[in-house]
Formats: sequence, C-alpha cells, structure tokens
Amino acid sequence: MRKFKEFIIEKLIQICGLASIFFVVLIFLFLLKEGLALFKIETPLKFIFGRSWYPISEPPQLGIFPLILGSLLVTFGAAIISIPIGVACALYIAEVAPSKIKDLLKTGIELLAAIPSVVLGFIGMITLVPMVKNIFKLPTGLTALSGSIMLAFMAMPTIVSIAEDALYSVPKNYKEGAFALGATHWQTIWRVMLPAASSGIVAAVMLGIGRVIGETMAVMMITGNSAVIPTSILQPVRTLTATIAAEMGEAVVGSEHFFALFAIGIVLFIISFAINVTADLFLHKKQ
Amino acid sequence: MRNPHRTQNIAFFFLLLATLLIVVPVGLIVVVIFQKGLPAINWQFLTDIPRQGMRSGGIFPAIVGTVYLVMGAIIFALPIGLLAAIYLSEYSKDNFLTRIIRLAIVNLAGVPSVVYGLFGLALFVVFLKFGASILSGSLTLGIMILPIIITTSREALESVPQSFREVSLSLGASKWQTIRHIVLPNAIPGILTGTILGLGRAAGETAPILFTVAAFYLPRLPQSIFDQAMALPYHLYVISTQVPNVDEKIRYGTALVLLVMVLFMNLVAIIIRSKFRKRKKW
Repeated sequence: MRKFKEFIIEKLIQICGLASIFFVVLIFLFLLKEGLALFKIETPLKFIFGRSWYPISEPPQLGIFPLILGSLLVTFGAAIISIPIGVACALYIAEVAPSKIKDLLKTGIELLAAIPSVVLGFIGMITLVPMVKNIFKLPTGLTALSGSIMLAFMAMPTIVSIAEDALYSVPKNYKEGAFALGATHWQTIWRVMLPAASSGIVAAVMLGIGRVIGETMAVMMITGNSAVIPTSILQPVRTLTATIAAEMGEAVVGSEHFFALFAIGIVLFIISFAINVTADLFLHKKQ
Repeated sequence: MRNPHRTQNIAFFFLLLATLLIVVPVGLIVVVIFQKGLPAINWQFLTDIPRQGMRSGGIFPAIVGTVYLVMGAIIFALPIGLLAAIYLSEYSKDNFLTRIIRLAIVNLAGVPSVVYGLFGLALFVVFLKFGASILSGSLTLGIMILPIIITTSREALESVPQSFREVSLSLGASKWQTIRHIVLPNAIPGILTGTILGLGRAAGETAPILFTVAAFYLPRLPQSIFDQAMALPYHLYVISTQVPNVDEKIRYGTALVLLVMVLFMNLVAIIIRSKFRKRKKW
C-alpha cells in the first residue's frame, strides 16, 4: 500500500515536471487555433507588410506594418536609454558601491520591478506626458518618446539584476591578476570585468528588450495609440501589444478582427520565444 | 588616459550618476503616490462600492476581486509549481528532456502578459466555456506565475545540502519520505518567498485579466467563481483613461492601494528571505 502511494506521488511529480512544456505548447496551439483562421482571408505577407490597420472598416484592412514599426520605435528608444544606464548601474552595484549601500540599492531596483505596469502608466500620464508636451512644444505628449522613457524604467531592473549576476560570476583571479599588474580599479572593470562578463550582459540586455516588447498597459496609456507609420519619435504610435489590449474587448468572437488580434499574438509569441532562447544560450555559454 | 586615477574618478562618478538616475525616480514615484494618495484613503473609500459612474464612492469590489483572483491563481499554481520544482531538483537527470523543461520555463516567464490574456480568452473563456469569470482569470494568472514559483522553489530545494538526503536515505527512508520529511521542511522559507512574489505579480497584472475576468463596472461582489469581477489594476486603468473627470484623489488613492498591496507582499518576501539566510543551519 505504501509502495503504491509512493508510486502515485512520483508519477504525479513527473507529470508536473512536464507541466511547463505542456503549457508552452498549449499557449502556442491556442494562439494558432484562432490566429491561423486569419490566413484563410489574408496572406501572411499582406498581414505583416500591409500599411493600413482599419480593422472595423468594410472590408477590414488588417496590415500590421505600422504596429510593428510602432513597437520597434518604442523598443529602440527604450533600449538606447536603458542599456547604458542599466549596465552602468549594474557595474556600480557590483563593483563600486560600499557594501552597506549595496543592499539598499538592490532593494530599490527590486522595488521598481515590483511596481505594476498600470501604476507606472498612470504616473507617466500625469507627470511625463505633460512634460514631453511642454518641452518639445507638441500638440500632445502621448508620443513614442514618452513610451520609450517609461519602458526604459521597466527594462532596467531586468538588465541591472542579470548583468550584476554576470559580473559577480567573473572568477576572482581575473580581477586579482589585473590588480597585480598595476591596473586601477576602473581599468580592471573596463578592460577585464566587462569583456569577461560580456555574454551575460548581452543576455541581460536581450531579456530587458524582451520585457519592453511585451509590455502592454503602460504603453497603451502613454503612447497615444495611433496606428500610422511613425516618422519621428515625437509622434503618437501604436504598438502590437497595445493593439491587442485595446481592441480585443470590442472584437466579435470569430470575426476577422478577432482572428487578426490572435495573429498578432502569434507574432509576439514568436518574437519572445526567439529572444528568450537566444538570451538563454548567452547565459549558459560557459557551462 | 594620462592620469588613470582621474579617469577612474570620472568613470565612477558616471556610474553613480546612472544609479541615481534609476533609484531617484523610483523613490519619487513611490513618494508622490503616497503623498497624493494618502488623503483619499479612509474607511469609506476602502469599504464602499464605486458610485456616480466611478467618480465617487470607494473601491471595495475591486479589492475583493483582486484578492479572489490572486487566491485562485495561487491555489492552482502552487501545487503544480512545487511538484515541478521537486521533479527538477530531486528526480530529473541532466539530459535533453530537462533542458527542454528549463527552456519551457524560461519561455513561460518571457511570454508577454497580453498574450497570456489571449490564451486565457481562447482556452478558458471560449473553448472551455467558463466565460469571462474569476475561474478563467485565476487560471490565466496561475499559468503566468508558474515560472516564478518553479524557479524560486527549485532554488530553495537545491540549497538543502546533499548530506541531509544521504543521511535520511541511509536510515532506510524512501526517496519520497526523504523529500517529504527532510528536504521540503528545510526549503519552506524559500518556497514561501517564491509564492509571495508570485502573489504580488498576479495582483499587479492587468493585461491577462482584461478579457478573461475584468468587469468595467460591477457595483456588487462576485457571487461565485463563474462571475465576472472588478480588479484593482484594471480599475485604475479604467478611471485614469476611460472615464473622464475622475477626481485625481480617487485615482491616486486607487494607485496607492494597489501599490501598497504589491509592495507589502514584496517586502514580506524580502524579509523572509533575509531572515532565512541569517538563520541557516548549514
């Protein structure tokens, strides 16, 4: 009897061990199930490179090119801001900060990661958006730039904590060797620590960018949501994620619009899959 | 480069500056929300239903909805996540399958939250016909926080020294007895930390509940798990973008309640973790 009970429990453990694979496959299958229906009406090429997104016109025009450009523009802006600041902060915490301040800073960064995206969106609407409007004398502050700045803050906790881990895992004797040769602390950091930790830092940056591409609520609240091809970072844009979040509520189940939003979901799933697999390869390069 | 020490000072100054650029805004955000939100918080705000098209009254249904959703998510995710962590730390070998599982966990953690919303809509709401309900929302959130629970629980299990297991096994205990009575009790603080972090994450997410459970305005409490419910993050979104002329006090107050909920859980997790590290017996 006891043997039997043990057998059942071990089987259960094994099944749960496979649960993550099961769920990833399940997510992909259900996105495909709804999303692929779109491609009976629209070719994939026209869907991805179509220049107009008018899902409720008659007939609906379902080209997501402006949305892809919107996502890219916002992500690019956020990357430019968050990568240097994030990596510099990781260097400061890992190498320069006195040990007493170190924990405090780490808690601060964790705190930032914990703030819900809708709260950051709310704060962004109230503080950042009017600021951008006034500084650049724009008709509206709801622009790609505002989105980029806010998203940079959401990417930074990821970048800082993973880059910091990478710096810690650089073997001690590298550093000691550099010191022994008479290098200053900064020379050691710049010429030894950074190159040694580079694959981990690349992974950190990629995961941070993955965060940004997938982020939804804050972007929807502060980028202005206009599905046109952007020509400047001071224009409103609409991202892939925000389109799903904003329009799914109105899309009729089983309509072309509904299928198109799932097809966007497939695109997002594939992007995040690619980013995560590559980042994982970089993270475990050495092992 | 003529004076390496001057270069160093300049470089370190910029590193400090970058750090301040992150930490100062975080501090400001938290301070501003507390400063402007606190005056709105009173007993009536916390226990009343929203009134006059959400322009007055309180946020009680949203608080209750969030609590239900978070509870549902954890009831679903904790057993599966914990067992999966036990599998990875105690049973799995270092082979292809394990690598695939690890990759799947990484991917689950990276899937955009709005894609979870789509998935929940397709599977739970439409395919399984649960409708937009607490059940659908909880299951969606549960799958979303699964990777957090698996990763932290696994770390906790793996940090229990190998010798503990060996002693137990050598006394004649079976593998499961060893896990149940030796490994698990020693890993509980770590598992608890992961669970609370998962709770906090679930409480703050909006996109996964948009189409699976969230009600725009529902001035009563949900009666069963097949009911729609209001939730704090979605409510904050609604009153800051969808409803015009909402008093700023109400918006800040809602943001404050949500922030306090999430930060409180994170704080508890941090405290448990650091206490556990200090008290470690090995």
